[in-house]
Amino acid sequence: MEKLLLIAIGSAIVNNVVLSQFLGICPFLGVSKKTETAAGMGGAVIFVITIASFVTSLIYKFILTPTNTQYLQTIVFILVIAALVQFVEMFLKKSMPALYQSLGVYLPLITTNCAVLGVALTNVTKEYSILEGVVNGFATAFGFFIAICIMAGIREKIEYNDIPKPFQGTAIVLITACLMSIAFMGFSGMI
Amino acid sequence: MNKYVERLFNGIIKENPTFVLMLGMCPTLAVTTSAENGLGMGLSTTVVLVFANLLISAFRKIIPDGVRMPAYIVIVASLVTMVEFIMKAYTPDLATKLGVYIPLIVVNCIILGRAESYASKNPVLPSIFDGIGMGLGFTVGLTCIGIIREILGAGQIFGAQILSLDWFTPITIFVMAPGAFLVLAFLVAAMNIVRAKMDAKGKPLAKPSGCISGDCANCGQSAMCTGKKAE
Repeated sequence: MEKLLLIAIGSAIVNNVVLSQFLGICPFLGVSKKTETAAGMGGAVIFVITIASFVTSLIYKFILTPTNTQYLQTIVFILVIAALVQFVEMFLKKSMPALYQSLGVYLPLITTNCAVLGVALTNVTKEYSILEGVVNGFATAFGFFIAICIMAGIREKIEYNDIPKPFQGTAIVLITACLMSIAFMGFSGMI
Repeated sequence: MNKYVERLFNGIIKENPTFVLMLGMCPTLAVTTSAENGLGMGLSTTVVLVFANLLISAFRKIIPDGVRMPAYIVIVASLVTMVEFIMKAYTPDLATKLGVYIPLIVVNCIILGRAESYASKNPVLPSIFDGIGMGLGFTVGLTCIGIIREILGAGQIFGAQILSLDWFTPITIFVMAPGAFLVLAFLVAAMNIVRAKMDAKGKPLAKPSGCISGDCANCGQSAMCTGKKAE
């Protein structure tokens, strides 16, 4: 239990997926203009990463390890993730239209989100069990959710600021990310 | 021969993936803690890019349109796996430093982006040169950022101390995570100035086309995320 908690805090806050591992930078910069869309994207990422880390852990433990084909992990994981995202999209469209309405547009964007593959590979490198893998996946995605929501909140305020011309747009967002990253470094003493 | 040189020039200068197109930002931020890491990452991406372009261009008439994205992903993932093994065998130190970012070359938007926008429409030889050009452009970008961060953060270039620690206090934050965002922010700002100057001269630069433009609707690479062909 203690180990799970440490994994969760470590992945969500201390080693934040965006601000210290640089995974999932694309949606972090691209879909963080408004808080609602940011929260939608964050929700979709939590959903997909949690399922993906469960499925990839299962596949690694029960298919790749027994057949001694661990070297195929990158190929298998990326295909599984791509297929999984399609299935999740179809499933939500059919059975939970309300959830699909809010997450649907972001789901296809997640296939090439490096955070999903990154978490699956980290679970394998750190030799996490299936439960630990799922906890790590959920916590990592939650860290993404926190980061993108804070960023969207700040960007809504920045809209009204007087920014030097060359820094308008992406540059000021990156400076904001830099300051957020410095703030998150403060958590590194926690574990 | 001229059009091959043109491809190289296009990749390294005119449409440089790091400075002009702003593609592949995840590795750009993550592995540029030193010039050596940047160079290693750039070269391994180049190898994958060249062979991916070669194979995709060679198979472009066989791969059915509906499943081209999964097909590209399988090709790229296989190449990345091979590169990873080669690096683990011959440059184990670098492989450890780059860690999870080597397998993550699979989802680097430069590779699928070139596959989609160039290799799937052009013959094999130009595609190979396109891959070399783009890959070297990416390598140059990563190495430059790595050099800047290494000088400011440690006073070194490629591990050699060039600024004496007697008078230079390393700004350690530049080799840590926030430094990556800061250097990239100033790079983007500098490119905005260059862009404005070139626009005024009447020779506009190519638009940034990746996620960094923050505009998914008009993104040329959106086919990779959504699997739908850009109209």
